[in-house]
Amino acid sequence: MLSFATRRFGLSLLILFVAVTVMFLMIRAVPGDPVQIMLGPRATPELQAQLTAALGLDQPIWKQLLIFYGNLLQGDLGTDVFSGRSVTDIVFQQLPFTLELIFASILWSASLGIALGAYAAAHPNTLIDRIAAAISVSFVAAPAFVVALLALLVFAVHLQWFPAIGAGEGFWDRLDHLVLPAFAIGLSWVGYIARLVRASMLEVMGESHVRTARAFGIAERRVVMVYALRIAILPVVTVIGVGMGFLLSSAVFAEIVFARPGLGKLVIDSITTRNYPIVMGSVLISTALFVVSTALADLINALLDPRARTAH
Amino acid sequence: MEKSRSELGQIIIGVARDPLGLMGLIIVGVIVFCAIFAYWIVPYDPIAMDIKSRLQGPSAAHLLGTDQLGRDTFSRVIAGGQVALKVALPAVFGAMAIGLTLGMIAGYGPKWLDNLLMLFFDTIRSFPTVMFALAVVALIGPSLQTVVFVVMATSIPTYGRVARTQTLTLRNSEFILAERSMGASMARILGVHMLPNIIGVLAVLAAMDIPTVIALEAGLSFLGLGVKPPTPSWGALLKDGYSLIRQTPWLVVGGGLPIILATLGFTFLGESLRDVVDPKLRKQR
Amino acid sequence: MTDTLLEIDHLSVDYETGRGDLKALRDITFDVNKGEIVGIVGESGCGKSTLISSILRLTAPNTRFREGEIRFKGQDLLQSSERHMRELRGADISIVFQDPMQTHNPVLTIGQQMLDIQHRSKQSKPDKLAHAAKMLGAVGIPDPEARLKQYPHEFSGGMRQRIAIAMALMSEPDLLIADEPTTALDATLEVQIIERLQELQREFHCAILFISHHLGVIAELCERVVVMYAGAVVESGEVREIFHNPKHPYTRRLIECDPGHIKERARVLPTIPGEVPDLANLPGGCIFRDRCDQAMARCATEVPPLDQLKEGHHAACWLNHEEVTT
Repeated sequence: MLSFATRRFGLSLLILFVAVTVMFLMIRAVPGDPVQIMLGPRATPELQAQLTAALGLDQPIWKQLLIFYGNLLQGDLGTDVFSGRSVTDIVFQQLPFTLELIFASILWSASLGIALGAYAAAHPNTLIDRIAAAISVSFVAAPAFVVALLALLVFAVHLQWFPAIGAGEGFWDRLDHLVLPAFAIGLSWVGYIARLVRASMLEVMGESHVRTARAFGIAERRVVMVYALRIAILPVVTVIGVGMGFLLSSAVFAEIVFARPGLGKLVIDSITTRNYPIVMGSVLISTALFVVSTALADLINALLDPRARTAH
Repeated sequence: MEKSRSELGQIIIGVARDPLGLMGLIIVGVIVFCAIFAYWIVPYDPIAMDIKSRLQGPSAAHLLGTDQLGRDTFSRVIAGGQVALKVALPAVFGAMAIGLTLGMIAGYGPKWLDNLLMLFFDTIRSFPTVMFALAVVALIGPSLQTVVFVVMATSIPTYGRVARTQTLTLRNSEFILAERSMGASMARILGVHMLPNIIGVLAVLAAMDIPTVIALEAGLSFLGLGVKPPTPSWGALLKDGYSLIRQTPWLVVGGGLPIILATLGFTFLGESLRDVVDPKLRKQR
Repeated sequence: MTDTLLEIDHLSVDYETGRGDLKALRDITFDVNKGEIVGIVGESGCGKSTLISSILRLTAPNTRFREGEIRFKGQDLLQSSERHMRELRGADISIVFQDPMQTHNPVLTIGQQMLDIQHRSKQSKPDKLAHAAKMLGAVGIPDPEARLKQYPHEFSGGMRQRIAIAMALMSEPDLLIADEPTTALDATLEVQIIERLQELQREFHCAILFISHHLGVIAELCERVVVMYAGAVVESGEVREIFHNPKHPYTRRLIECDPGHIKERARVLPTIPGEVPDLANLPGGCIFRDRCDQAMARCATEVPPLDQLKEGHHAACWLNHEEVTT
């Protein structure tokens, strides 16, 4: 039943493997000794040799790659150059903050987008539909980090309705801290999803099973909300799954703007300190996140759409 | 040539008839005009410091006030548009050219090559764009060229995939089969017959891609990983504005609004172009 | 009250389009009595679909009812409230659509869909499910309880059409509209479906309006037949009478093109040279003129009226008038 999903997952793993290898080789291909860059020009030769050995950089490249794969399979992403802590630990400590933010963003934007799109499809070519369409296009165009900055300026600095920095403590405080960044990330998705749902809803409403449902006198509400919408939202799941990379990118900026802990903040901080193992680890985890979310979207689609379970 | 020129005219007329398209056309026109004639428009040198008049609000002398170094924000906004287009245009056209070539090869070439290229596209796509950009910048250091490269690399797959799909559909169309049976070379088929049919679709994609690229350039500059100071860039304005957000709102507004305006303009234009050039594409998005 | 169930009375329906009104139905008149099977035959585009959606009032937004009435049990459906229409749909009037592969919702189980259409019933859910299973059994679906849990794509086309029939008969309607229910199926399945429909009709005593472009099936199943061409009725009457003594050249051509017997029929539509006239720009005179090999000068100028030739046999052709006059 799940052979399609497993094949997709296999392909995803292959992509992940290629991505990791490319990443690894890219880091090694950079001109200049990474150790020297990391330690700065004033480091002693002993210290440099020590770090080179610690990072395994004295080995030939293919061996480094093999060791890297081996460690990776054991969930070991290396060690932080400065603190000596495991990169895996550091990354997974930050990951929940990012996931929380992405989840909140998708939750509000998908709910609103689906509602808007379904409404527009039920009243096509009315004034409200046109206004919704214009707003959708404008929202799609708004880059998350600019929205984040403007939201920070207006709602946190000037109106002081919401906190400006951090992730908060305790459920309500955390939720309070989520509002502005999730708003900024989700805004462009509202318009995007609304347009998607409108188009797919109009298509589904024209299919003959909808005519059948109506011919049996099933209430129009139920026809729209159950018979048509359940099919019309299927592409939304796929789009969100594939859009995970985009969401992550937005999250990076939102984390910087609102000084929230998370993967984005971690990466930026490690880039400024040239902490390559952490950069590598975060990029890897976020790539994996993307691959997993695409596979997850396939699975959810299979759950929602019985045809997808046996198709392919 | 004469024919294609009149076709272009038709397309522009079609876009201008659509209210959204006209708005897009005007916004993009203004931005391009300001970028080309930035040197003559700016009231002040965008990188000239004037410590005495730092952090001012809007006034007759400084339309959008000044930054922490006394530089005129309005001048920096205008000059920043030039930088934005300097990154966006080469990046988008470069990505389009490479994507087109690879996509046509994938669509027309042998199956194994197709699979390989698709894997390549999927791999690039699976790197979250910003993470990829950050990784590259971290490795080779921030500069205008780095930003162009990163942006180009991340958008190649989009063009490649569309070019491939178009090539695959065209490949078995009657007129191509007829050409092949008459012994036309592969270069002739791809260059003379397929290219004109694919380029329109890609041009629409490019117009819709420019906002993404502008936003990415601004984003990287905002993080301090894009163009180097003191080059005026909308992202750099936002970076300064962010650190001074409690002192003055004008830097954030001055950096943010042109980005939103530019993305709006190009998106409207792209949407309208798509409807005029190829209504079928509406469904694919 | 007579035993007439459905009366279509001088019905004219247009579609408003960008290039003018499309005259989809013009002056259609016929009726269906209680418990009777009436066939409607005609090529694609003859207005059958418009007729069905008009009866159910499930029409596209650009539909305009120009003239006439559709009376069901004496009440004009075109004047009925939307609420009244919804009460009729799937209760007193049911329908089986043409393409069984598209007719069910793909993401809901058959059981769920059969539950949903019993929305008027006050029965408990298990009772409704039992009723659904019983109906599936009645149309010949083996192991109905288990199959209620399955999704449409897990059934073959023939099975799906039988499910559609089961769903349509579930409320014991007075009128069943069958819109080319066998067109998408192969010949052996067609025979099965037709036979099943006959049995069920005897059991449930409903009237059936059976639409087909295939005269053989109509002959097998129906008592009376209405022949439609380009949005108008060209001939109507008893099946036997029409088959043995067709009074319109179009009917004659349909019979000639038909292999005659349902079990040997070819899977092709009747082919008559020429094209159906443009409904947005109708020519004057007889609508069949361009394709008729017996057309006369008169056919180009005057529209032939649908005249009664015999008790219950009507045809719209000038040839019959010649017979009468000479």
